[in-house]
Amino acid sequence: MPTELASLSLDPVTDLRQLTEYSFMVQALEAGTIVAVLGGCFGWFMVLRGQVFAGHTLSVVAFPGAAGAALAGLPLALGYFGSCGLAALVLALATAARRDSAAGDSATIGVVQAFGLGLGFLFVSLYGGQLANLEALLFGTFLGITAGQVQTLLWVAVASLVVLVAIGRPLLFASVDPAVARAGGVPVRALAVAFLVLLGLAVAATAQITGALLVFTLLVMPAATAQQLTARPGPGLALSVLLALVVVWVGLTIAYFSPYPLGFWATSVAFVLYLAARLLVAARRPRVGTAIAEAAA
Amino acid sequence: MLAHEFMRSAFLAGTAVALACGLVGYFVVLRAQVFAGDALSHVAFTGALAAAAAGLDVRLGLFVATVAVAVGLGLLGQRARPDDVVIGSVFVWVLGLGTLFLAIFTAGSSGADGTVAVRVLFGSILGLSTAEARLAAAIGIAAALTCLALARPLLFASLDPEVARGLGVPVRALGVVFLALLGVVAAEASQAVGALLLLGLLAAPGGAARLLTARPWLGLAFSVAIAVGSTWVGLVLSYEIDSLPASSAIVGCATAAFLGAATLAWLRQRGPGGRRTEATIAV
Repeated sequence: MPTELASLSLDPVTDLRQLTEYSFMVQALEAGTIVAVLGGCFGWFMVLRGQVFAGHTLSVVAFPGAAGAALAGLPLALGYFGSCGLAALVLALATAARRDSAAGDSATIGVVQAFGLGLGFLFVSLYGGQLANLEALLFGTFLGITAGQVQTLLWVAVASLVVLVAIGRPLLFASVDPAVARAGGVPVRALAVAFLVLLGLAVAATAQITGALLVFTLLVMPAATAQQLTARPGPGLALSVLLALVVVWVGLTIAYFSPYPLGFWATSVAFVLYLAARLLVAARRPRVGTAIAEAAA
Repeated sequence: MLAHEFMRSAFLAGTAVALACGLVGYFVVLRAQVFAGDALSHVAFTGALAAAAAGLDVRLGLFVATVAVAVGLGLLGQRARPDDVVIGSVFVWVLGLGTLFLAIFTAGSSGADGTVAVRVLFGSILGLSTAEARLAAAIGIAAALTCLALARPLLFASLDPEVARGLGVPVRALGVVFLALLGVVAAEASQAVGALLLLGLLAAPGGAARLLTARPWLGLAFSVAIAVGSTWVGLVLSYEIDSLPASSAIVGCATAAFLGAATLAWLRQRGPGGRRTEATIAV
């Protein structure tokens, strides 16, 4: 935050100039935009596949990764990508082994998450002091994003989105109706592993901006809102990305002009949108959003 | 080691918390509601910080927030089993609220650093006073007894809800009551291992027990034994090793137990006969 709090003048031109006056804010907006596109796309598939808990666990293990990297003196980005990628592999292999039992899966995911957090806390205490740093790791900060980080983010985003586009159609098929897809020769298991690893990378990228605990805002809420509103995959994906962008931009703008944290504003904007969509659907016609399976198949 | 007042308090509170977590955790795993436990642990964070920001007792905020959200989730979801997307959306927002309270709290008490946040997130079992430990132990034992009293119908309702409903078991009401109990345990365990790590005490012992045996009562006993054992070993380890925080040690032990159980289950499946080990059969 600048030393003097910027004040909102309600004149769009002045406000936009204020918003882009400092380079940290421009970088925050750039990074936020990239992260929103990533979160919107991957979140849509995550919600469709019912992997919300796995996604949350991946986002949480970003914290020990970052803390470990800080402790070892490595670049933070390495810690984020390393720990999220590793956790994604572990989850994919552990849950793909016995995919018929929901109870076992949810226990495994919970254990991975708790262990990751325990490890993170250990790293933080070994690191000593630096509690302000801890809060930044958990709840994110948009103040310290460098141009280099934006570059890295952009490359990761482009690469993972290209892969997602490449596997998009079979992944959609496998997500909506795994049994038929397997019978049709789609490598359902390999796709599941690939998707989780990609999700891990996307989460690692997002966590650097939003913090480990709030990544989930961009992953779950825009996607859940979009799936309330439309059952068709194409428009749904586009809507999910659009909503994520709105959440990031509005959240960043309000956070810039107010003394309260980005995490609060971003989650509030997203939650209001989600509630509005639910009310809209409830008012219009019951159960539109859950018809995704029929529409896509 | 036990000559220290704080270690005695830690063992007293830790044992009661582990007892409650082990019992409730087994059902959490059986009902595939680990994610709800995860969500409630984040709610605990917000509740505690809201109370801190308002200048109230942190524990009051903890219990009110977790139980209220737990009951709300139970009533919202179909058959008192809320779906993951709803849980996710609600708890992310609640967590966002938590960061707001954190900001208000830190701004209000000038100079106060993030210690309250860290205490709530990662627990402070070694920092409990004797009175606090006694209260925690009492609540933990009460929660454990409630869980045991409900155990029979709850097992039935968890393993085969359709048949249970047919035989007149109030499945929906049980689901809501169970979530409320989970809320109490989440608030209780937040004080010991912290909001972020209580999932370890909920999921790991229950998950390990479920892998070890298909018999529900034996499973409950295993789950409690693993939870209490991990807490004791974790406390001793963190006493002996200076830089090891108690919560990390406890969760680490619980994870090790889960890994051990998973390996054992895998070996058994591989071995001759390949017995079924998952607790999916009826009581």
